[in-house]
Amino acid sequence: MNDTLAGWLQIAALVIALALSFRPLGDHMAHVLTSPRHWRAERLIYRAGGVDGNADQLWPAYLRSVLAFSAVSVLFLYAFQRVQNHLPLALGMKAVGPALSFNTAASFVTNTNWQAYSGESTLGHLVQMAGLAVQNFVSAAVGIAVAATLIRGFVRTRTERVGNFWVDLTRLVLRVLLPISLVAAVVLVAAGVVQNLHGIQSISTLAGGHQSLTGGPVASQEAIKELGTNGGGFYNANSAHPFENPTPFTNWLEIYLLLVIAVALPRTFGTMVGDRRQGYAIVAVMALIWAASVALTTANELHSVSSSAGYAAGGMMEGKEQRFGLWGSALFAVSTTLTSCGAVNSSHDSYTPGGGGMTLFNMMLGEIAPGGTGSGLYGILILAVVAVFVAGLMVGRTPEYLGKKLGAREMKFASLYILTTPSVVLVGAGLAMARPGERAAILNHGAHGFSEVLYAFASAANNNGSAFAGLAAGTAWYNTGLGLVMLLARFLPMVFVVALAGSLARQQPVPVTAGTLPTHRPQFVGLLTGVILIVVGLTYFPALALGPMAEGLR
Amino acid sequence: MPTTAVPPGEATDPLAPNVHRVSAGLMDPRQLITSFPAALRKLDPRVMVRNPVMFVVEVGAVLTTLSALKDPSVFAWVITVWLWLTAVFANLSEAVAEGRGKAQAETLRRTRTDTVARRLSAETVEEEVLASDLRLGDHVVVEAGQIIPGDGDVVEGVASVDESAITGESAPVIRESGGDRSAVTGGTKVLSDRIVVRITSRPGETFIDRMIALVEGAARHKTPNEIALNILLASLTIIFLIAVVTLQPFAVFAGAEQSIVILVALVVALIPTTIGALLSAIGIAGMDRLVQRNVLAMSGRAVEAAGDVNTLLLDKTGTITLGNRQAVEFVPVSGVRAEELADAAQLASIADETPEGRSIVVLAKERHALRGRSEGELPHAEFVPFTAQTRMSGVDLSGDGPGDGTRSLRKGAATAVMGWVRDAGGHPTEEVGPIVDGISASGGTPLAVGEVVRRDGADGAVHARILGVIHLKDVVKRGMRERFDELRRMGIRTVMITGDNPLTAKAIAQEAGVDDFLAEAAPEDKMALIKREQSGGKLVAMTGDGTNDAPALAQADVGVAMNTGTSAAKEAGNMVDLDSNPTKLIEIVQIGKQLLITRGALTTFSIANDVAKYFAIIPAMFAGAYPGLRHLNIMGLHSPTSAISAAIIFNGLIIVALIPLALRGVRYRPSSAAALLGRNIWRYGLGGLVLPFLGIKVIDLLIQFIPGLH
Repeated sequence: MNDTLAGWLQIAALVIALALSFRPLGDHMAHVLTSPRHWRAERLIYRAGGVDGNADQLWPAYLRSVLAFSAVSVLFLYAFQRVQNHLPLALGMKAVGPALSFNTAASFVTNTNWQAYSGESTLGHLVQMAGLAVQNFVSAAVGIAVAATLIRGFVRTRTERVGNFWVDLTRLVLRVLLPISLVAAVVLVAAGVVQNLHGIQSISTLAGGHQSLTGGPVASQEAIKELGTNGGGFYNANSAHPFENPTPFTNWLEIYLLLVIAVALPRTFGTMVGDRRQGYAIVAVMALIWAASVALTTANELHSVSSSAGYAAGGMMEGKEQRFGLWGSALFAVSTTLTSCGAVNSSHDSYTPGGGGMTLFNMMLGEIAPGGTGSGLYGILILAVVAVFVAGLMVGRTPEYLGKKLGAREMKFASLYILTTPSVVLVGAGLAMARPGERAAILNHGAHGFSEVLYAFASAANNNGSAFAGLAAGTAWYNTGLGLVMLLARFLPMVFVVALAGSLARQQPVPVTAGTLPTHRPQFVGLLTGVILIVVGLTYFPALALGPMAEGLR
Repeated sequence: MPTTAVPPGEATDPLAPNVHRVSAGLMDPRQLITSFPAALRKLDPRVMVRNPVMFVVEVGAVLTTLSALKDPSVFAWVITVWLWLTAVFANLSEAVAEGRGKAQAETLRRTRTDTVARRLSAETVEEEVLASDLRLGDHVVVEAGQIIPGDGDVVEGVASVDESAITGESAPVIRESGGDRSAVTGGTKVLSDRIVVRITSRPGETFIDRMIALVEGAARHKTPNEIALNILLASLTIIFLIAVVTLQPFAVFAGAEQSIVILVALVVALIPTTIGALLSAIGIAGMDRLVQRNVLAMSGRAVEAAGDVNTLLLDKTGTITLGNRQAVEFVPVSGVRAEELADAAQLASIADETPEGRSIVVLAKERHALRGRSEGELPHAEFVPFTAQTRMSGVDLSGDGPGDGTRSLRKGAATAVMGWVRDAGGHPTEEVGPIVDGISASGGTPLAVGEVVRRDGADGAVHARILGVIHLKDVVKRGMRERFDELRRMGIRTVMITGDNPLTAKAIAQEAGVDDFLAEAAPEDKMALIKREQSGGKLVAMTGDGTNDAPALAQADVGVAMNTGTSAAKEAGNMVDLDSNPTKLIEIVQIGKQLLITRGALTTFSIANDVAKYFAIIPAMFAGAYPGLRHLNIMGLHSPTSAISAAIIFNGLIIVALIPLALRGVRYRPSSAAALLGRNIWRYGLGGLVLPFLGIKVIDLLIQFIPGLH
């Protein structure tokens, strides 16, 4: 089978598999988020935590719970790394330094999984399993929970109660993330991913040299790493490492896992708001952007029009694994940068300027196509609110989305949301570029060097976690700065989303008439896609011009 | 009130021929010049800061001015001048919009009373006080030729009043104590008789004072939607500010440090200046368009709400129907020809001056070519007027010569006329009953026509019979069904309110094509209906004039009080229609929608413009450092300085070019939301994307010859 056919087949298989899981998974999550029944195990957890599982919280209380839970998580994870040398299963690793511990704690709690360390030489098994893997579950659940408040904001009327955070968190972990991860981990093990508690193994190679290989609970972490769009690899090489991602099949499965929840959430949204067409419109926008990005990136890597070296070689294979090829690498790269996952199976830094620029632009879109678990849905819904606001005016009514008026208060929160992440990216990158010391961390000169810094901040702020290598970001400044960027760009938007949810839930819905802007038709799909591209494009155009465009246009 | 001629292409209102469906009129270019000083005064930073987008432009202009003074160059001065012009143009749009209101306010102010009022201090004792000294509850006497000193209700007497100062309508109106025609407005003139008015407004808060404040825009507060839009625009402005400020370190790294002038130019090009500049003018012009249609909105909020209305409550009489029942058919009994019946009916109605009576005369003329005869033509006729007791009217005709006998004709309620015929010894045929019932069932009113012929002479024969029945009905105004279809497409439901019985109401509702009706409606029913609609999240608009309408007017989201109505009604509503034309409610809704569409269209246009500006400015800034970026110069602009100048000049000129559109409002054709959106996205979204590419290219072609911009 030639590469092109194999490439098309795996894309087709991916789309079919996602389409098949769209309905059952979406409806399952809707059920989880709305069912009045608790499992016995859940009741035990609520009792242990002193939570009334039947009481919904007002939006400020919900928000406080999200923030408090995350703050405690950051502190715990920080302390965990600082004292890991005193804990069992440390594999003899030293305590992690303060800046790196902070960076890693922020990174995993924010679902970013930016890794300024290499897992196999920094962290023991206990921190990996009880610290990072736990955050892989709960940070993903927090994202979905926040998205759930926004959906409830559209559904509920005359209340400011947007759900119970502790119930959402517990149920999403127990009923959604754990079962799927379990199945996925077993399949991954069967397909060759390692799963053990071995320490560092010393191996003599055929050439007579010595090699240290670290074993560990890789498959179990791999499953949630993709499923929860976390992306933090057990190994430094992440999904390019043969222990994490040994075959084209595991590669395909990992892509499927990192997309599956985010793709199904629009169904959850459609089901919960009682109009499934609304969910189809949202998922259509996601699919359009994803498909365009896959096409552009794959074409760039295949034909290397924007890279003379790649053009000469007849395809850009540098930095890609032979076993995945151009197609499998490009598909993974696009999916991971469009989902805030940030797992990588190839070096994005080595992509052509066009392809690498796409991975950067994908993140700048704000992780919405389909985006991170939960964050993708609330991100695109906020952009839908902005699109509806402008378009709604053009039909001669004060704008409303799903029957809820978009007034000053709603637009305040939506505006703050779309303002936050670009500001954090640009200010962060601007500061880094303005400081001679941080500029020195750039290993490449010119446009590509700048792209590396821009990529780092775009990745951290959009909670992606992938990196353009070639930036020595392990310094205290970058660790602290990027850690702050991750926290700000994760939790400020969440504040605005939950506040928006509260202000929507308070409203009495406006009935739908022929004069209402329809938000389920192809017209709206096109409009929302256009608004996303123009708003993002305009914000980052100058920066992109000095990075990938300057590099790619000759 | 000044009204302009209907511009070509604008549909005229078929329902209200006396009301032109004016656009706000094409802008007179002279207004730009006369408003210029006001625009300059608005450059005061304390005023500018209220508009965040334009404030950024002004701060930018100050920065480039300083920079140009320090390092003078043609380019720096071109940019500086155009940045200042951009700020001035924005102010100009507002000043022009306000200027139109000011002219109207001047006219009103001249009519404001500085008159002396004759206050009644006791029952009969008068004292002269200044109108401005009148207090609530004072009673004043106004006689023919005098100006009414303040708003109030007539408590004694009846007078004809010239209200042209407010309504522009020269025909005098009758104002009388009690009832729904008791309100008088300060500044209007009593033409005849003497009335006593109880003052209901404080000095400085009269209707005219409020009108002046409204048309001048002095009382203007930002509306909820304007605030929401401003928030979005402010956040876009901040994003672009950050994008440009952080660009400098990136540029330094690329070895292409940028001057202050260029960075400021980029910021101004990117922030949504077009909509930021025109936003306030759009709002003022929206109110102004209402004023030109003789509607006063008490707040911009009400105009916005009008665009959102889901349900229109329309009074049947005067709004949906012509207001009076009209004869539409003569139904003769067998053995009587239709002409015969028509002739009899016309004769019986000659002296009947009611609209019903007139309509019978007209129908007979139209259908049967029977010329309407005047009373004088019938020398021996004796007219019998309508009384509540007989419930009939008619005529007794005696022949010219002796022996001709008399012929008596009566028309009226069927039972009354049949009784009259029986009394004269006649026997109404069996078929009269079914005809009358049929007409009633169809929602019409039957009037029976009877004839009694007495021959003089020996036999003295009396011949009495029923000739037939006149079918009177409420005539629905022409074009009403189309209007309601239009409203339905816009997603607006119409409910007809009538005091008629359900049967009649249903028939008229069907004929007019309204969605629903409320029959035998008492004021409480109206109120209950409004509350029911509102509890479903709907916005309700209604018109009203009587005091008993006041609670419903206050409850409705858009309550339009008729100027002829009571002061209680005017106080309760949030709009007053000076023409007292209830059909105008439909136009008010359209104006509300037009206002919102204009805002959305120009916002879309403004944001779409940025794409072209990037393609002009970014290559100009960085093609030196990265030659590959010259490929972004897809317009093939002459030089970096000419490219940036062209973008900034376009940015300023587009504001001036769009002032007329902002004042006039974008064209609105009632249609479904999806169709409207499609049309406006093509026009303003795609137009906004493409037009600046052309505009910037053309400006670049012109300015490349300026020395210093090459």
